[in-house]
Amino acid sequence: MNRFPLLLARWESRHSLSRVGVYMLSISLGVASLVAVRSFRADVSRSIEQEAQVLMGADLRLSSRRPFPDSVHSVVDSLRAAGHESATMVTAASMVLAPASGNVRLLQVRGVEDGWPFYGEVNTTPAGRWGMLQADEALVDPAVMTQLRLEPGDTIRVGASSFHVAGTVRDLPTDLGFQAAVAPRVYVSREALDATGIIGFGSIARYETFLVIAEPTDRSILDDRYQAAFRAAQVGFETAEEQADDLTEAVGFLGRYLGLVGLGALLLGGIGVGSAIHVFVKERLTEVAVLRCIGARQASVFTSYLLQAAGLGLLGAVVGAVAGVGLQQLLPGLLSSSLPVAVDPQVSWSTVGGGVGMGVWVALIFALLPLLSIRDVPPLRALRHGLEPARRRLDPVRAGAVGLAALSVALLAILEAPSVPEGLGFAMALAVTTGLLGGAGKGLASLARRLDLRRAPYSLRQGVSNLFRPRNQTVSVTLALGFGAFVVGTVLLTRTNLTRELSFQEVEGQPNLLLFDIQSDQRDGVVAMLPPAARSQAEVTSLVPARLTAINGVPRAQFSSLPDELRPAGWAVRRDYRHTFRWELSEGETLVAGAWWDEAPAVDSAVARISVEADLASELKVGLGDRLTWDVSGVPVESEIVSLRTVDWGRFQTNFFVVFEPGSLDAAPSTYVILARMEGAEGRARFQRDLVESYPNVSVLDLTRLQETVDGILARVTQAIAVLALFAAVAGILVLAGALASSRHQRLQEGALLRTLGARRTQILAILFAEYLALGVLATLAGLVLALLASGLLVSQGFQIEFIPDYRVLLAIWAGVSALTLTTGLLGSRDLLRRPPLPILRGE
Amino acid sequence: MSHVIVAEELGKTYRSGGRPLTVLQGVNLQVADEERLAILGPSGSGKTTLLGLLAGLDTPTTGRVVLNGQDLSLLSEDERAAFRARNVGFVFQSFHLLPSLTARENVLVPLELLGDGSGRERRERAGRLLERVGLGDRMDHYPLQLSGGEQQRVALARAFSTRPRILFADEPTGNLDQDTGATVIDLLDELNQEARTTLVMVTHDPALAQRTPRVIRLAGGHLVSDESSAPVGPTA
Repeated sequence: MNRFPLLLARWESRHSLSRVGVYMLSISLGVASLVAVRSFRADVSRSIEQEAQVLMGADLRLSSRRPFPDSVHSVVDSLRAAGHESATMVTAASMVLAPASGNVRLLQVRGVEDGWPFYGEVNTTPAGRWGMLQADEALVDPAVMTQLRLEPGDTIRVGASSFHVAGTVRDLPTDLGFQAAVAPRVYVSREALDATGIIGFGSIARYETFLVIAEPTDRSILDDRYQAAFRAAQVGFETAEEQADDLTEAVGFLGRYLGLVGLGALLLGGIGVGSAIHVFVKERLTEVAVLRCIGARQASVFTSYLLQAAGLGLLGAVVGAVAGVGLQQLLPGLLSSSLPVAVDPQVSWSTVGGGVGMGVWVALIFALLPLLSIRDVPPLRALRHGLEPARRRLDPVRAGAVGLAALSVALLAILEAPSVPEGLGFAMALAVTTGLLGGAGKGLASLARRLDLRRAPYSLRQGVSNLFRPRNQTVSVTLALGFGAFVVGTVLLTRTNLTRELSFQEVEGQPNLLLFDIQSDQRDGVVAMLPPAARSQAEVTSLVPARLTAINGVPRAQFSSLPDELRPAGWAVRRDYRHTFRWELSEGETLVAGAWWDEAPAVDSAVARISVEADLASELKVGLGDRLTWDVSGVPVESEIVSLRTVDWGRFQTNFFVVFEPGSLDAAPSTYVILARMEGAEGRARFQRDLVESYPNVSVLDLTRLQETVDGILARVTQAIAVLALFAAVAGILVLAGALASSRHQRLQEGALLRTLGARRTQILAILFAEYLALGVLATLAGLVLALLASGLLVSQGFQIEFIPDYRVLLAIWAGVSALTLTTGLLGSRDLLRRPPLPILRGE
Repeated sequence: MSHVIVAEELGKTYRSGGRPLTVLQGVNLQVADEERLAILGPSGSGKTTLLGLLAGLDTPTTGRVVLNGQDLSLLSEDERAAFRARNVGFVFQSFHLLPSLTARENVLVPLELLGDGSGRERRERAGRLLERVGLGDRMDHYPLQLSGGEQQRVALARAFSTRPRILFADEPTGNLDQDTGATVIDLLDELNQEARTTLVMVTHDPALAQRTPRVIRLAGGHLVSDESSAPVGPTA
């Protein structure tokens, strides 16, 4: 092969590096984020797999929402007899009172049997308290100390028992980081939990047994042998490896979404490269013509420039990969509180190689289109300055290059996305956004051309005309800034809407307390404790726990053999139902089929009439007239669907999948929930304290407290969102800086000429000010209009909630990005104001 | 006598503002091997168009050009470029050095395109040529670091680097002051005679044109005179 292209590329690279090097940094940003995210994802997955046993604290876990039946107990007993260690843990929600501070909170209380965790260390303050608890001692998560305003050594009340706080749990290896912050826990011994009496009929609790079965083959034998028994008893069976796999999958899923952000940054960098190469090529048309004159073939010149683009892309990608590896080392420290395991970063050369490869490829495909115009440079241009390349009407090579770019973007998106449809969707969304923003850029240039500014000051006219002068960068800058504004705008608008939806604003007259786990014999007493104003308004609802056992006479064991169109969804069969009975439809319920019962007795009194929520009916593949059989505390109850209804689940009230007609469940054992409204935070707190004293097993959900938890979760989500928004903004600004760098030469010439002709610095400053302000304001506006559309679609269609645009957020982004554009533009042009004109005009 | 350049009924018509614009019409020309010729004419007379057609930089609307026995109309764009690499040298009014390459690298470009000899031989030849044009100590300088005259001397070294049969020069002193221009044109003459190259030079300067034995004049796209002041062949 002729070595000329390579030689010319090498010679020219010194120059091209200084001209388009800045653009390659935008490739670096994308590659850095891709390498960091992928490497970190691999690090976390590897650590999870290595620490699988520690994450469970055992080799195997059996779990259920209700106490294990004897059949499961006997399996555990026989394993124990065979020498396998085991420990049980029961977790229940309960009111916890701190008598010293008078604070009371609904918390998770865990009764832990000695021995667990069998793997890993639990760090406590003071050290070594785990597993040494006396019957009257408790350990708590640090958040409990702050929420209840506890001091070490204080006493807490849980149900009928009092505990000394013996210390805090600093680090439980089985924890997924934020669990302790979002749902803080109190740890007591297994026997002590039973003694509290908080677990009564119908209580929400979780029962777990942890086993040490070191041999994997033993575990699979156990699974094979008892699978049917466990399933029948609704006991979950999970090995440490399975749990680790689930975790790895979740981490991978999250990592892939973050990977898409990296890909977005990389593609934005690609647009920057394309724009820089476009200007670079335009500046080199005469050189290309001279080369053609003295005998260089089209392909040689083209190859040489393509090699330069590849070389610069490689440099940008390597810089990015190095930065990515650096970031990878920092991430475990930054995210340690949110990670389930200690992560030991290891450089994965395949990931680094992949990132560099993607960077070079993106640089190449985006450089290809502008480079193609090199083919059409006539050699005659060396003699006749200004002769423009002839445009081809039908250019299969250009069409091929466009196709290659589209295909590459789609392939990269599919590679990075969690699934193929999501990858394609991402690529499509990117294409539509790019198309619309590119169109907006062209529109902006054309609008600037048409503006009638004859009466405007000179600086404004000149600044605006810079938007459509030859070699302007209006389209690429609009793309970059608009894209940044689009991402930031979409993310923030979606967030404000979700926050609004998730905030439980106290509405006048609406209930603000939910009391649950009230036993039948406690109902009247609890109601009597409510202040008179609340008592008259209180809504008391009975809950009857039940399980589905048959549909139209087919027992649940045979559901799996039903044909697809009749087989009910697994979750709808397995779940623990809580039914109620009443005469009326409640607010927020709408009948969609059948008729509500009246007081006339049913034709067949042995079959209860029920109303089923419409979505559940379709999951169970049932409709009007179908019969469902329930197990209500061991008693079979036959029912027939007489109506279907929709339920507004968002309303703060007790909502039910299935409502029975009164009379059919009256005799069944039930618990009660009470919805009430009490004014004044102080009064509510006092009521909760008193209630805990009298009825320790009853739990209270205070809406204002719930809001605190939701706010805590949102704050964490906001952190992640801020990082995403920052990425988009930095990528946009880098492209803007690159655009300035690549047209710097022309600007310097123009500025020098203007100053020679007598323009003052302030006038040049005013010209630049007008240009960048117009560019920033209009490009950001285009991005924000798209953001408004995208977030509107996402919120109303994706999250199915009402979309209310927050114009203050939009205005803030608009002002912020415009100001940033102006600052970057003016900073990038300071040479224009500083350097004397003569050396510039002489080309020095 | 063999002719290295033969132009037959050469014409060029452009479309300008939707109308045909004929800039060159019915030019017939024969240039003998080692002959030195100036094309003289005012701006817009069609001299640069003629030079472009003779060098195969553009294709004629009518007629044909045969260069060194090769009918250019039979060659593709790339084949014409390869033909130029082997047979033709160029000197431009604006020097047209590649700004990102040093003086030596600029001289090396045609040699590398041709690919004859070893890399070391090529570098040595480029070095010798730069010494010949008096820039032996400026080889690693970039065009921006050289004066106009020096840049044109580098361009001369580049043009002669592949020992072309034909040298096309487009207003070679047009961007230089009188003294520097005279120095450059003396150097061009010397190199031309040493290499026994056929020279076609476009100029609007009658004094410069008088330095070649043969002068053809163009006006309004037509060849209006073809005068030889001395026997065909090198003057030395």
